[in-house]
Amino acid sequence: MENPKSQTPNPKPKVAFFDFASCEGCQLTVIDALQTHLDLLGAIEIVQFREAMTEKGEDYQIAFIEGSCTRASDEARLKRIRAQADIVVALGACAHLGGINALKNLHPLEDVRRWVYGDKADWYETYAARPIGAVIEVDAAIPGCPIDREEFIAVVKAVLLGKSLPIPDYPLCVECKLKENVCLFHVGKFCLGPVVRAGCGALCPTFGSGCEGCRGLIPNPNENAMKDVLAEAGLTVEDILSRFTMFNAYQMQERAAEKEGK
Amino acid sequence: MTTLKIDVHHVTRVEGHGNIVVDTRNGEIKECRFEVVEAPRFFEAFVRGRPYYELSHITSRICGICSVGHATASLRATEKALGVEPPEQTVLLRKLLFHGEIIDSHVLHTYYLVAPDFLGVGSVIPLAATHREVVERALRVKKLSGDLCAMIGGRHTHPVAMAVGGFTHTPTEGELREMQARLVDARADMDETVALFATLPWPDFERETEYVSLKKDDEYAFIDGTVVTSDGFSYPIEDYRKVTNEECVPFSTAKWTHHNRESYMVGALARVNNNFDQLHPRAQEAAGKLGLKPICYNPFLNSAAQVVEMVHCVEDSIRISDELLTRGIQPEQPPKIEVEAGEGIGSCDVPRGILFHNYVYDEDGICVKANCIIPTNQNMANLNHDMQALVPQIMDKPQDEIRLTLEMLVRAYDPCISCSAHFLTVEFV
Repeated sequence: MENPKSQTPNPKPKVAFFDFASCEGCQLTVIDALQTHLDLLGAIEIVQFREAMTEKGEDYQIAFIEGSCTRASDEARLKRIRAQADIVVALGACAHLGGINALKNLHPLEDVRRWVYGDKADWYETYAARPIGAVIEVDAAIPGCPIDREEFIAVVKAVLLGKSLPIPDYPLCVECKLKENVCLFHVGKFCLGPVVRAGCGALCPTFGSGCEGCRGLIPNPNENAMKDVLAEAGLTVEDILSRFTMFNAYQMQERAAEKEGK
Repeated sequence: MTTLKIDVHHVTRVEGHGNIVVDTRNGEIKECRFEVVEAPRFFEAFVRGRPYYELSHITSRICGICSVGHATASLRATEKALGVEPPEQTVLLRKLLFHGEIIDSHVLHTYYLVAPDFLGVGSVIPLAATHREVVERALRVKKLSGDLCAMIGGRHTHPVAMAVGGFTHTPTEGELREMQARLVDARADMDETVALFATLPWPDFERETEYVSLKKDDEYAFIDGTVVTSDGFSYPIEDYRKVTNEECVPFSTAKWTHHNRESYMVGALARVNNNFDQLHPRAQEAAGKLGLKPICYNPFLNSAAQVVEMVHCVEDSIRISDELLTRGIQPEQPPKIEVEAGEGIGSCDVPRGILFHNYVYDEDGICVKANCIIPTNQNMANLNHDMQALVPQIMDKPQDEIRLTLEMLVRAYDPCISCSAHFLTVEFV
């Protein structure tokens, strides 16, 4: 029997955008990216994008998810999206890593809740922030805080064509050197470039500000050597850990727990 | 008499998650409110323990739309706490960057989020086919403002180069000249924008309230100044709590604020109402064409006030570029900071209204206390009072029309719910 779907006149993949705890900056970057790639709107059909449109289609094949999972009710919603979508893409550091939201994991949860909401703390549902990959299977992640426009376009094209994702595994230093930037360590600043995933064009070092690790660590980073390098630059272990944790608090805690387990 | 039940679960085309709930029986309002259901994010708790130089980078992540505004307020708080005064060129560059964000945010709100309501569509996307020149103009202005922010800050969302006491990067003279030429060209787009929005039939609704904004003697205030209200009050920024008076309301999802009345409004309309005389003459002229005359009590005209401010910011950006070029651009060099214990309060009037960041640092420059008061928070009580005043006036209209009008009211406030440092979750009725 013929698949009725094959007769559908509109074969464009249906795409939906969702957000959890986040600043929505990645979705704004998507809006920005689309404005210079209007051709992409011809290749996909956006059926749900609450920030930008009223229509809410529940029939979609590709889901982009921004934000971290920070409460039990988020899990059910994430699982519903996973059940519907063929492909789930984590959009940006909050979804990919836990990101800035996971800074709260460094404090006792009860303390964090009382600090902000005082004696009303019990009203508000929350727990430790996690990347969405800790709750559902994720097919691809676009790193960054926020995501890079060009990388978003490249990933969408790769997903549509079934190609492997154009996300580099090498460190930021590679891109920074290609830009012929003066190494920030040479001017007394610090930078996580040696251990953080490239792909942003080394934007922060190019603008004189050390990498803060929003794209996550590269696979198998030699962290201990990195710490030695930073210590040579006169930085304390606390400084270094604080820089690592800005976007990678969840990962640092997971690694520590893993080591303890061994 | 009508019985009406409206439950708009997650209002679209706003930043963040909010619901409209209206329940009337026999013409009597049982429930009428705007709920906020955004996940709380606890910024004020988790910035504790972070070093002073990270604060503006962390707090810019409160919001993707007004990240320059948060970073600026944050830097001013830190600078006041540590006794740092940025040099004149830094101040000029910050103003220029801030203008870029005001234009960016306002063009997004007026063209992408508000205009579809008047043109009878669900988003800006179908307008590409029916109103191509309108969409192209919006894209052009959006790109211009984004490029302006990127030229100074590295990128618009979560700027890179903003640091305590200065920038870590300096735009070149060539970049600045090219940007200025594009800003001059954008005057034509501003004229068209004013002409377009002057034709929109704003809903006819007024409710007298108090307007709160920053004010400065020498310019239309966005960064620093004093806090003023349309009821004649004036406070130094350090006394912000006398204005905001945050309180918990049992049926509300957010802490509410009030000052001289049951509620007050912040944002473009508040600024235009309080500081009309300091607008650029072209912006004042635009206000005339848009039917916006202070003091204006129609909250729907907040979107018109945003158009007026876009005109102002384009003109003032041209002027600031002139000043920078005349002075000659010097390389920015943020000063070496002598860390000391202290408290500082920074305030900016960001796209959605007046914003406060308040930090306390210990002797090592580590943040030990933080409080952020967000414009959207301050508007919640006013929005709810507006809804309660508006519903009886439109109750006899078809339900779809009532729903749309209420959604339009919410959108007119341009709520930025992700800025939810204080926002709470609720259970649905």
